[in-house]
Formats: sequence, structure tokens, C-alpha cells
Amino acid sequence: MTPLHMYGSALVAALVLAGCTAQSAPSPTAAPEAPSALFDRPAADAQPGGKTTVYSNGRNAFSLPAANLNDAERTRFVIGNSFFKRNWVQAPASTTARDGLGPHFLARSCAGCHVQDGRAQPPDFHNPLAPQPFAGLLIRLSVPGTDAHGGPKHEPVYGDQFNTMGINGVKGEGSLSLSYETIDGQYADGTAYTLEKPIYHFSNLGYGPMAADFMFSPRLAPQVIGLGLLEAIPESEILANAKAQAASAGTIKGQPNYVWDAYGERMMLGRFGWKANVASLAHQSAGAFIGDMGITSKRFPHQTCTPAQQDCMDAPNGNAKGKNGVEIEDYVLDDVIFYQSTLAPPARRNAQDAQVLRGESLFHAAQCAQCHRPSYRTGEVLFPNLSSKALSGQDITPYTDLLLHDMGQALADGRPDFAANGQQWRTPPLWGIGLLPAVNNHQRLLHDGRARGVAEAILWHGGEAEPAREQFRHMPAPDRAALVQFVESL
Amino acid sequence: MYRYLIASTLALGAFTATPAFAAQPVAAASASASQLKAQDVVQHYSTLVYANYSDTITAGKQMQKAIHAFLAKPTQATQDAARKAWLDAREFYGQTEAFRFYDGPIDNEDGPEGQINAWPMDESYVDYVVGDDKAGLINNRKVAITKKHLAELNEHDGEENISTGWHAIEFMLWGQDLSDTGPGARPFTDFIDGKKPNADRRRAYLKVVTELLIEDLQSVADQWKPGMKKNFRAEFTKGGEASLRKIFVGLGSLSRGELAGERLEVAMASRDQEDEHSCFSDNTHRDAVTNAQGIQNVWLGSYKRLDGSQLKGPGLRDWVATQDAAIAEKTSLQIAKSVASAEAIPAPFDQAIQGARDSAARAKIQTTIDSLTQQSKDLVDAAKAVGFEQLNLVEP
Repeated sequence: MTPLHMYGSALVAALVLAGCTAQSAPSPTAAPEAPSALFDRPAADAQPGGKTTVYSNGRNAFSLPAANLNDAERTRFVIGNSFFKRNWVQAPASTTARDGLGPHFLARSCAGCHVQDGRAQPPDFHNPLAPQPFAGLLIRLSVPGTDAHGGPKHEPVYGDQFNTMGINGVKGEGSLSLSYETIDGQYADGTAYTLEKPIYHFSNLGYGPMAADFMFSPRLAPQVIGLGLLEAIPESEILANAKAQAASAGTIKGQPNYVWDAYGERMMLGRFGWKANVASLAHQSAGAFIGDMGITSKRFPHQTCTPAQQDCMDAPNGNAKGKNGVEIEDYVLDDVIFYQSTLAPPARRNAQDAQVLRGESLFHAAQCAQCHRPSYRTGEVLFPNLSSKALSGQDITPYTDLLLHDMGQALADGRPDFAANGQQWRTPPLWGIGLLPAVNNHQRLLHDGRARGVAEAILWHGGEAEPAREQFRHMPAPDRAALVQFVESL
Repeated sequence: MYRYLIASTLALGAFTATPAFAAQPVAAASASASQLKAQDVVQHYSTLVYANYSDTITAGKQMQKAIHAFLAKPTQATQDAARKAWLDAREFYGQTEAFRFYDGPIDNEDGPEGQINAWPMDESYVDYVVGDDKAGLINNRKVAITKKHLAELNEHDGEENISTGWHAIEFMLWGQDLSDTGPGARPFTDFIDGKKPNADRRRAYLKVVTELLIEDLQSVADQWKPGMKKNFRAEFTKGGEASLRKIFVGLGSLSRGELAGERLEVAMASRDQEDEHSCFSDNTHRDAVTNAQGIQNVWLGSYKRLDGSQLKGPGLRDWVATQDAAIAEKTSLQIAKSVASAEAIPAPFDQAIQGARDSAARAKIQTTIDSLTQQSKDLVDAAKAVGFEQLNLVEP
């Protein structure tokens, strides 16, 4: 491992200099007060997924199984892939394996949002009349209070998410459209930028008005690589992140989320979702089947129709008799979970490029790594029958602490989710970001896809991350470019 | 017979490989070995690809002729002739699938693969099905049946809403397969006014999707046309080892992820007719054979054309043999075994997968899966022998 403290302080000094020469703007965080770096740089030859890493940089870069799976696991992977990718249809249908869509739904398949196992993009803010992406931006709903497990309390008429579509004979819950306001800013060197903040409008409500005090949170479907590896990070490591941040000077103070898990049947450490509001991939997958596609399963056996939605409650179920009373049986769902767990993170590109290496130093110097922790060694997998042993003991570099951080008012959704308050978001992993254009033909980042690329995503950082953002804002253009290039190499 | 050209060093090609995942320069072949250049293998591959797509288009146009004859005068005889022409054309298309999975013209970001060969179909998205006489865009007179509009509709709301390509034509010619012993039995009267509602739209639809298929195939073939300055082939043939790597990725991915996985293992696990590739015509057993054959063609550099002539030249096997004759031979044997195993899969496939767990039919499918899996490993080893350390096989 590289002695990070030396790197850290040396580069902060360099940065301050650069900031001063560029502009008479207020100087960034002064070097002596800067918190010491908490986390090491990974080894120079580290690959994101350790031995699971795959080497692909094209359109299929997110769709490959962990490189070290055995034959039987690869078979399971392709079967899971098939159920992830193919559409579910309305019951009754000539296909019995895949019927039961709805009554309400957002997408007909997992891949409908996670296109190419990648990331969705938000509807076009600028041109609301243009053909919109089919799905991928989910709106969570709630009212003040909590449910039996301490999670968000469902909006009484529409439930916990806004599903815009219904099967034949069932109304959709309504339409969503977006407009935006612009926020003008400038870098310390005088270069202007414009950020776009989406504004959400609900219309054509299918079942009357929502509660007056309803809250909502937009959530974009992220790329689904390396999720099993994140699940195998020892809980102690994540808690140690919070401890280290608490003990360190500066503004970064991460907090774990604790959430109800339908598979663990207990409160567990949250790792997934934009607010770390889900603990296991199994819960996340089964939850998405019921929530986004209306497919019932053993842990979620009831459709999500509310009492105000009579047509939804009257709709036929999909082949429930032949499938133990649910629309997807565990032996199929387990393969989908396995598939999610074993999609591999792709190798870094141009990691030894001089510009990228310079960007890496700047990334650490600007305190980005205080939350975007580079590396871990994975431990045991959470549910051995739903994942692979091949994911254990890997040296991985996801660049996340999996903790919640106050990211400031501008980014806030104002909607609590278990222990997460309305300003907190989970640090997302950074692996794969540079491949989004190749896989999904866009690079929309943050929870609702408002950021158009890495630089804008950094500029949206506020709250605990404000000092880090300010360091970035004060960098001269070549340094900013190098830092972005580093992030895109991950 | 083709001639090997003299190469100064084998490592030369490595310099043109993409910087991200370049081949490790292999030790120069011993002076006595055949001095084959990467360039020769890539060139011959391109020739083979173009020949295979050209034959597919020729056979596709024969199918189009038969379909026009059927639409002009729908009878049992003209319908049968159109069905046979579809089956004949599929023999050539199936072999071209060895050219997928590396962002080539068929399935790069703008590639028409999803419009040409997407499956499985949600039949009720296109036409009536048992239990719903009014289903599908054919029976919705508000939907315009034009090439442009159908192309837009294809995969519109998710992968399964498929309105174009081979399997849409197949559904038009055969209809839903409700038979245990044979394929679908759509009556030819579906296309006669007064015998079935919206026969006019059914005729228009079949005509338009056939035209679109031929156009899409042509657009792919054009990218492989020799002597062009700006098409994919012009770049690809300059790509040296980077291009060779793509050829390997294509073969391995079709072997493991697509054919063994998506098309055979998924169907074995679900036992559902929905998971059968050519489910309306009961032609899935031939899809398996032609895919396996397509891999063998590329490996050996050998392809039997529509006119019966044999195209021959340096294949991947010859390239690998310059470094490791043993692994080249092992891979050749395994690929031959896969083709033979696929040929032994009994038709109809939808019945074969539903047999008892230890039935003879299922065992034959499993043998094919196992052989293809071994073949994908052999291909990885073969790739290693010529310096490609990190070969990933794409899952579709």
C-alpha cells in the first residue's frame, strides 16, 4: 500500500497554490485544517472486482458473469439472466412461465429499467412532449410517520410508489412530467456552468388526490454490477468507516442505515438503494418484482393495491395455482437474485495513464476518498444459496463507504427512509461510471439523473461534501479534467 | 488451397491492438512453423462473413418471392412454399450468428440484430391468439403498417414486444404452435378477405416485415463488403490482433452464453415452449445445428456456400496452431463434437425439453450443452495460446 498521508498533504499544498494563482476567489479549505486521509489508495494493479473482474469495454461491459464462477454457477447465471431480461405478460396468457404482470406496474421486465444491466436515464427535461424512456425513474411515496418496521408510511391512496401503468381494465396511477430550473454557477477560474434541477409534476391521477402532506423521492435505476461483492463487504468494515469519519476532523460524518429485511426477517444494515434503504439483494430483487412489475413471491405474496383501488384489487392473478400461490416461485427468483449477485464489475481502462494517475492524486487530495472509500477485502456472502463463494476473499475497489451523508439542501428529497433523513443519501459506488456512455449511451448521474456527467455530479455535492466540492471548484481546468478522467477510469 | 504469407514477426500485430486490453505479444513462432499473419486470418474471416451474409440475402430474397406468391394467391401450396423458403433461408442466417457479440455491424449500438432476430415473441402483440381474437397491432386498424412504424414499435416497451424480423415472419407463416407433435397450423385463409377479419392488414404486415428484414440484412452485409473505403470491414481488416480477439469473443460467446445458455439451458430449466427459439415452426433443433456450424466455419476458415461451393482459407485454428498445435487440435475435435451433438437433438424441441428428467431427448440436449461449455473453455485456452490472456465471453 502507498503511504497515503504523504500524498494527501503534498497535494493539498499544491492545490492551494493552484487555487491562489488562478483567481482571487476565497481560498479552499486551508491545508493545516484539512482532515487527514482516512483510506488508502488501492494497489497500482488492483482491479475493481479482484478475481471476479471481467475485461470488456463495449456495450456488454456490465453483462458478464464474475470471471471466477464455475460451470454450474454459469448455468444458474444464464437462467437468471433470462428471467431478468424477458418481459412478463398479463394473466391469463399462453405463456405460463411468465404471466402475472401488474395490476399496476412500471416496467415489464427488470431489463426494462436496467437496460443492458446498466443505468436508466430520466425523462427529457427540455422536451416533455418527446417520446420518453419507458421506465427507470421510480417515484417513492409516503406520508409522515413510519410503518411497522420503522420504514416510510405509505401514501394511503397510492401506496409506496407511483406506478404509471395498469394492465387492461386497470387504470394507471397517473402521469409524471418534468420541468426544470437552472442554477448558474462558476468555477473559481471564472468558467461558468449551468446545473439543471428537475421539478416533478403529477397529473391524471387515477384514484383522486394524494394526501395533502405526501412526500416523494425520485430514484433512478442504477447499473447493477458488483452488487454481490458489496453485499459481501464485512459489516464491521462499514461501521468502521462511520467510526473513522466521526473521529476525524472535518465535515464528513457518515451514518449507517438499518432497515427491515424480508429475507433476514430482522433489521439489518442497509447497503442498497439511494438511501441505503435495502439490506440484501434478495430483498431488493423480490421487492422490485412486486413493486415495479406487480409479480408476487413468497416474501411479498400480496399485490400492492390500496383499498381505494377497486379495479386493481379485482384484477386476475397470474397462474397462482400452479406456482404455489405466487407469480414467481422461489426456485426461479433465486436464480434472478444469483444473477444480480454475480454480475461482475469490469476492469479499469487506462489506469496507468499519466493524466489518470494525476487525477487519482487529486481525488484523494480533495478528500473525495473520505466517503468514496477505495478498497475492501470481501468476507462471507450474506445468503450462500443466493450467491457464490467466488465473491468471498476478493480485494475490490468499489469507491464507497456505503454510509448515509447529508448532501445539502439542493439535492435533498425531504423524505425520510428508515434512519435516513430528508437530506441524506448513500455514497454510491463509482465503478463502471466511465462505461455508462458505452453501455447506455448517456452519463446521467445522482439519484434522479440530474447530473450530466461526473463534473456536474461533483458540483451538486453539498452538506458534508461541500468542502470537497469547493476544492474541485477551485481547481484549475486541467486538474478538474484529470480528476474526472480518473473517475471515468474506474 | 490458400497460401500462408510470410510474416516478419507475430508480435507486430499487437501494436495495433486496442490499448485497453491488448494481446500480450506472443513469442515469435519457431522459424520452421508456418509463417501465417494475423492479417491473413482477419482478411479471410471478413471474406467468409461477407459470403455468409450474401447467401442469407439470396435465400432471403427467394423467401420474399415465395411470400409474394403466397400473398398474391393464398393457398395451401403457396403457403407451404413460403414456409419452406423461410426454413431454407434460416439455414444460412443461423450460421451468421458466429459474427455477433463483439459490437460488430450486426449488434453494435446501431446494429439491427434486435430488429432481425429478436425472440421470444409476445404473439398477442402482433396478431390474434387463442382466447383473444382482437389482439395485436394487425387487428388494431389505427396502427399504420409501414416499415418505419414497425421498426419503431419493435422492442418499444421492453424486449419482448417484438414486431419485426425472422420470428415475426415465422409467426405469420405458421401461427401459434398449439400442437404436441408438429408446428403451428395457421390456416392460409387468414390472408383471404372475408375469411378472417383484417386479412388485408395481415397481408400488408407480412409483406412489410419481409421487406424490412431484407433491408436490414443488406445493411449488415454492406458493412462487410470488400473494397470499400469507409465500412466496418475496412477498419476491421486493419485491426490485426484486436480484430482476432473479437473473432474469439464472438465464437466463445455464442458457444456458452447464447447457444448453451440462453437457448438450451434456459429451455431445459423452464420446460416452457416460450423458451424455444423458433417456436412457431418447430425449427429450433436446426437453429442449434446452424449456430454450432457457424462456429466451426470460423474456426476452420471453411464455409459451404449456397451454390454448393466451398470457401476455404486460414481460420482461427491455423492461427492457434502456429503456437500450440495440441490445443488447436483439441478445440477442433470439441467443436466437431458440438456440431454432431446438436444434430442429434430430436425435433420438435418443445417436446424434447418436456420429457422426463432423464429422458433420452433431454440427455441429448444436455450432451450438446456440455460439449459447447467445454468448447468455450477450449476457445479461451486457444486464445491464451496466441496471447489473449483476458478473454471474456459475453452473456447476451
